[in-house]
Order: sequence, then structure tokens, then C-alpha cells
Amino acid sequence: MIQALIDYDFIRYSFISGLIAGLIAPLIGTFIVIRRLSLIADALSHVTLGGITFGVYLSSLVGMTINPLITGIIFSVFGALGIERLRGVYKHYQELAIPIIMSFGVALSVLFLSLADGFNQDLFGYLFGSISAVNSFDLILISVIGVVVLIFIYLLYKEMFLVSFDEEYANVMNISKWIHFLFIIVVALVISASMRIVGILLVSALMTLPVAAAMRVTSSFKQLMIMSVIFGELSVIIGLFLSFHLDVSPGGTIVLISLALLAVTIILDRIGVKRRGEPTESI
Amino acid sequence: MAHPIFELKNISYTYKDKLETTPALKNINLQVHKGDFVALVGPNGSGKTTLLKLILGVLRLQTGEININGKSIRNYQSWQEVGYVSQKSNSFSKGFPATVGEVVLSGLTKEKGLFKRFNRKDRQKLKEVLELLNISHLQNKNISLLSGGQTQRVFIARALINNPSILVLDEPTVGIDAKHVKEFYDVLFKLKSQSVTILLVTHDIGVVVDHADEVACLNESLHFHGTNNEFKNLGEAELSKIYGFPLQLVSHDHERSTTSDTGAY
Repeated sequence: MIQALIDYDFIRYSFISGLIAGLIAPLIGTFIVIRRLSLIADALSHVTLGGITFGVYLSSLVGMTINPLITGIIFSVFGALGIERLRGVYKHYQELAIPIIMSFGVALSVLFLSLADGFNQDLFGYLFGSISAVNSFDLILISVIGVVVLIFIYLLYKEMFLVSFDEEYANVMNISKWIHFLFIIVVALVISASMRIVGILLVSALMTLPVAAAMRVTSSFKQLMIMSVIFGELSVIIGLFLSFHLDVSPGGTIVLISLALLAVTIILDRIGVKRRGEPTESI
Repeated sequence: MAHPIFELKNISYTYKDKLETTPALKNINLQVHKGDFVALVGPNGSGKTTLLKLILGVLRLQTGEININGKSIRNYQSWQEVGYVSQKSNSFSKGFPATVGEVVLSGLTKEKGLFKRFNRKDRQKLKEVLELLNISHLQNKNISLLSGGQTQRVFIARALINNPSILVLDEPTVGIDAKHVKEFYDVLFKLKSQSVTILLVTHDIGVVVDHADEVACLNESLHFHGTNNEFKNLGEAELSKIYGFPLQLVSHDHERSTTSDTGAY
């Protein structure tokens, strides 16, 4: 694979995109998991699929190639806004926003797929990831999203920590509501950036599984973020390597490696290799 | 004359939904001055939490006016002056992977302002507040592994790390044993001696009559506001009127508590 990385641009593009996804998906995933919003990533990925099928349909309609990644990002951001709006409408049943937006995304996908005369090879790549589909424009777009996400976390880490840990206290401290709004938009961007490699249907796994594994072996929030990224990158690197050599979609191999890492951490935690302390005083 | 720290003028609040309206507060007037230790007491459903949410700006005012340090709450921005300790059981996400140090440091979020990161000076403040609460040894421990009393001390430390001039506490000693309740009040007295204004919301009357300077009794409207001694001298009839059922103050050992026909309150 190393020779292929040197010889072929598309392999190199995929690898770099994978590394970016392996970094930003678990980083944002940490806040998603902690805030118990894991299913929002799934809902948004389905809306992104709606955007991609719309891009495919539009291309067939106007007879010129429109990059479906662009339409995917636009739909994903609007889906994020829709989720936030619906969470406000159903204050006591906020999780209702997820099936509503998810079914909307799937319905749009089916509609545009039918209009665009069905399934094609490109779409298979979007659904399950592809090692050969990342072009130079995609790489630039994914890199820009990566930088945006890193700036977001660097500048708003303390606010995101407080909102995630204790929303009531954050409200009392008058921590701006737009931070949550911005967070959901960033989630939509991460999904769009990661889907080229892992695929729409598995993108939420790259945001949650490394975090789930890291939770078993860490006790501080910073450690959780660092270990999530390490698990995410390991999954992407090993997954892409296997995908290349077995000639299968990278989405499946990356997620299976993530699951294997999760299983290992659960077993290690169980047998007490990493012990977290017990209360020292009883009340 | 200096402004009161809290000034509540003609506060009324009604919860409204599509089917019904439920009045929670009626025409509340209350002043709390600098360095006062005021206990706000009342039975369940008396509007204590609603009033607290209004004072903290979480609920929007419907009628009346609240001033903090002479500034209207409608455009009050200096929330870092206010330390808040909530009922821990409802407040934080159980199993959260964060250390005591990270949680306490997060109390500085508002004071630091947007886009700024914690620095060495902030870590020094963290060290000092952990020492004040005798929890320095817990700094690197996961918050979800602490006992109830330890957890509550962590939340008090988070509220105090800003050096707030006002401390608002909502049922802070629920589920904590007598030894740690005493330690908790020792910390409050220490803060009071430094002119920190304390507003304590509780229905544990037995404890507040021995600790607070003033007591305010709420049950939709403010039935009583006076000194600790005036409250102790309230008759059975007046207390029963506030609580809505037969009630009397009784003493045992050094503490006084409130009992009803159905047992200790």
C-alpha cells in the first residue's frame, strides 16, 4: 500500500482524507456521545444522503457534473437547523426531532434516486465509502472542514465542556445559546467530510465507536478526547490498509476495526488492567 | 445608601400551557443586603425554585422587577459575580468522564470570556479553592466516582472559584450526612465573614434557623420575612398557615426542626 500511496494520487487523497476524518470525527464525537446526541449524527447522515442523491439527480437533469458533496453539505447544514428547530418545538420530547429528520432524509433520497433513474456506482461509494472516489477538490473541501472543526474546538473548548457537563449551570452562567447551534452545524460538516471514506451509513460509527472505546480507559475529559482520536486514527489506518488489500469498501473495514478496539477495551476494563479508583470516603 | 444585592419588586409568575394556567408566585417583594445570609423556605410547590430561576435569569420575568447590585436583571451581564450550587442529583450527567479539577475549573468559563483558554493563574485559583474545601486530594479523580458529600463539595468549589460576591444555593445539603453538613455550613460562615451574600433555598427548616441571619417563608406569596429570632418566635398558627398543615417548631439537642402530624419535616 505504501508504494500505491507514492504512485497513485487517488490513494493518497483517500489516505489523507481518512486521517482527517479519523481526527475530527472522534473529536466532535466526544461531545456528541457525552451529550447523549449519538442518534443526531445518524439523522444528519441520512439528510446528507438526501443531498447527495439530489446532486446526482441535478447532474442528470442539467447534463453537467455537480459535486454531490456540495449538495450533501448544504442539505446536512439545513438538516441540522431543522433538528434544532424541532427540538425547540417538542421541548419535552426532543428525541422526536431525530426520527422526523431521518425519515425526511431517507424519503428525499428515495425520491431523488427514483428521479435519477436508480442506483449507480458513485452512490454505492457514498453509502459505504470508497478508496478511489476522493478527488483533489474533495480533499481540499475535507481539509477546510478539518481546519474549521479544529478551530471550533480550540476556541470553544471550555464552553462546550460546561454545556456538555451541566447544561443548567451553563444556562445560569448565561453561556451563549449560539454555541450549541454552531456545534450542530459543525457536526453536519464533520459528517460531510467523513462520508467519502466511511460512507453515509457508517459515518456515525466513526464519531461514536472510538469515543465508546476511550470511555472504558480514561478518567478525564482531555484524556477521553486524546484516546478517542488515537482509536479513530488506528481504525482508519488499519481499515484503509485492509480495504486496499482485500479490495472491499473501506467503511466496513474501518468500522469493524473500531468495533474490535471497543471489544478489546471492554475486555481490558473488565479484567481490571485499567482500574479506575473507588470512592475514598463514604457519605 | 448602597443598593441591596437582590431587590425583588412585585414579582408574580404564572405557568401557562394550552389547557390551564398555574400561578406560582404572587406579588413578591424582597430585599437582600450585602453580607446577609438569607434562607428561603417553604413547602414543596411553594414557588421556591421558580423564584430562584427568576433571580438567576433562567426564567424570563412576567411582571415586576429584579435588580442585582442595582442593575436590572433584564440586562444584567455580570453573572460571574454569582456563584450557584444546584441540587447535585438533578444537575450533572452521571458517568461523565471528567476529573474534579476539570469540573471546578469550568466555573471560570464565564469570567474568562469567549475564545480564551485557562492559564496558570486559573490553575492557581483552582488549587486555592480545592484547599478551601479540603478536596485537593480529589483533583485528578473522576467526578462520577465520588460520594454524595464529596460531589457536593466539588460543586461548591466550582461556584466559589470565581470569588463570587453572591452565592445562591438550591437545597445544597440534600443527601449529605450530619458531619458534612456541618463542614458545609462552616464554609458558608467563612464566606459570610468575607461579606459574601448568601441566599439559601431549602425546606430543611431545622438547620436554617440555627445558621441563617434572616428567613423568608414562601408559599406562592411571601408570608414572612424577618430575622432568625423573629422566625423562631412565630406561632404554630402562623407556621401552619404558611405550610398549609398543622406544624410546630420543636428543639432537640442544639438543633431545632419542624415537625408535623405526619412526622419530622
